[in-house]
Amino acid sequence: MASIGQSAYPDLLPDFRNLGVMARVLVAVNALAAAGVLFATPHPGGALEQFMSTAAYLEPLLLIALLALASLSPLLARLPYWSGYAAVVGIVVLLVALYNTLVVRLPADPPPLGAALALAALVAAGLLGYLRLLAKAYSPALVEARLQALQARIRPHFLFNSLNAVLSLIRRDPKRAERALEDLADVFRTLMSEPRQFVRLADEISLLERYAGIEQLRLGERLRITWELDAAPTDALLPPLVLQPLLENAVFHGVEPGTAVGEVLVRIERRGDRVLARIENPYVADQQRRVGNRMALENIRERLALFFDAEARIETSADGRRYRVEIEMPYRSEGA
Amino acid sequence: MIKVFIADDEEPARERLKELLGDIAAELPTSVVGEARNGLETLERLPDSGAELLLLDIQMPGMAGLEVARHLASLPEPPTVVFVTAHDRHAVEAFELNALDYLLKPVRAERLAAALKKASVPNREQLAKAAQNAREYISVSERNRIVLVPVREIIFLRAEQKYVTLRTRNREHLIEEPLVSLEREFAASFVRIHRNCLVARAAIRGFERGADGDDEPHWVVVLDGLEEKLPVSRRQWPALRELVAEK
Repeated sequence: MASIGQSAYPDLLPDFRNLGVMARVLVAVNALAAAGVLFATPHPGGALEQFMSTAAYLEPLLLIALLALASLSPLLARLPYWSGYAAVVGIVVLLVALYNTLVVRLPADPPPLGAALALAALVAAGLLGYLRLLAKAYSPALVEARLQALQARIRPHFLFNSLNAVLSLIRRDPKRAERALEDLADVFRTLMSEPRQFVRLADEISLLERYAGIEQLRLGERLRITWELDAAPTDALLPPLVLQPLLENAVFHGVEPGTAVGEVLVRIERRGDRVLARIENPYVADQQRRVGNRMALENIRERLALFFDAEARIETSADGRRYRVEIEMPYRSEGA
Repeated sequence: MIKVFIADDEEPARERLKELLGDIAAELPTSVVGEARNGLETLERLPDSGAELLLLDIQMPGMAGLEVARHLASLPEPPTVVFVTAHDRHAVEAFELNALDYLLKPVRAERLAAALKKASVPNREQLAKAAQNAREYISVSERNRIVLVPVREIIFLRAEQKYVTLRTRNREHLIEEPLVSLEREFAASFVRIHRNCLVARAAIRGFERGADGDDEPHWVVVLDGLEEKLPVSRRQWPALRELVAEK
């Protein structure tokens, strides 16, 4: 059994498909090249020219390497960390060797093969080390964000009201009471599970449905949820507890404070390589309940940023009658 | 036989309370004379139900339980009130502090019986202290009815001898609350323009020089939706001028 601090977040190779990772690699390699050129050129005047010719050699190579790593990323991610590490360095060295011998004929003088290979290995190893440190620096933040999410998530209000609703069913409708308790157990099992990096969308959806079942019991006809899940990519991976808090917010802010029937919409779909989720609820002006909502949203935004870097976004909008939260994130699946 | 009224927005919660009342009936006979699903419904139905005791959920749509209780206190014969809450740390603290009876959900039969026995009529002061937010309505008692005037419809409140006149676009009501406490409660939405008068900030259209320029010049407030213009006292003018600048 893994203890929390140690292996909740084991070392993982960076996801080379992530734009943020690509950008960091591009910037770092070019900065190194610029520094190298500055040191090697005797006259500062010649530095720019020298850098241009270095870039002409370097940029195509860099793009090829990034493309190769991005397409191999799912395979690499399955290796144990240090084997993956060696594989990445190996791939880079191999690419440089091929590039140097087969492709580069255009610039005046490509660097000598031996030096190029050594340099490539060093840079690749160094960058991987840097990205690993970066991930390490983030993982306490991840655990923290996760814990905060948990605390913000278990609204005592929800727990006690649900228990009360179940109590009222025990005599009248024991079967339904049983189902409600099972739902409640499932919801809390998920909430209290070991921190995980990703869950399948199917799991998050089933959490949504169980949660909705309990709320339905409590609120009856006051809560009407429309599910649009036909185009939902059930195998997509996403950080846990990204959608359920949003549905909980929709009920808490949009349905409970209102006296009319509260229409809630849950729509999840895949568009190309993006996953889109939208949750809508009636807009009810109720200043007392506003604060909690912003905290939950900030928390989800933070976690999406930690998992998907710059590639995910979460936006809210309100038009006086309806309140909307939309999430867009890259489509990643276990198989891919 | 105690006549009980149940106010809770969740149907299962109301059912549960009825079950529990049934369970303790041998010890403490009760009959449920009415139910309501939100605050306004409670105020509408309770006076005619003849209820002696109200089990009142504090988290309800429309109007929260604490405000409901404040308005009930203006009935000639207000019911005894027992508050019910699932979880509201702040409310519970306020209840303890002001010696109000409350029950936590899920409610136990023994606790319910105990609360019914010792429940008392909360007085206005206790309730005013327990409620943390400004009311959304001001209640005007008319015989055995509670007339609720939404605070956002009030244009001004003016003290006149024993009473305070509450003016809306269409009507006037007399209430018995002191202007000072009204000023404190509604400081966010009302501003004092004179020793005896509070005006809704939203209703102020502008200021004019007073017409009766006999001795010293003075200002009057021009209101949205009312012909009447209200005099501004010299003491309040500097603060009001800043308000105009903000607008």
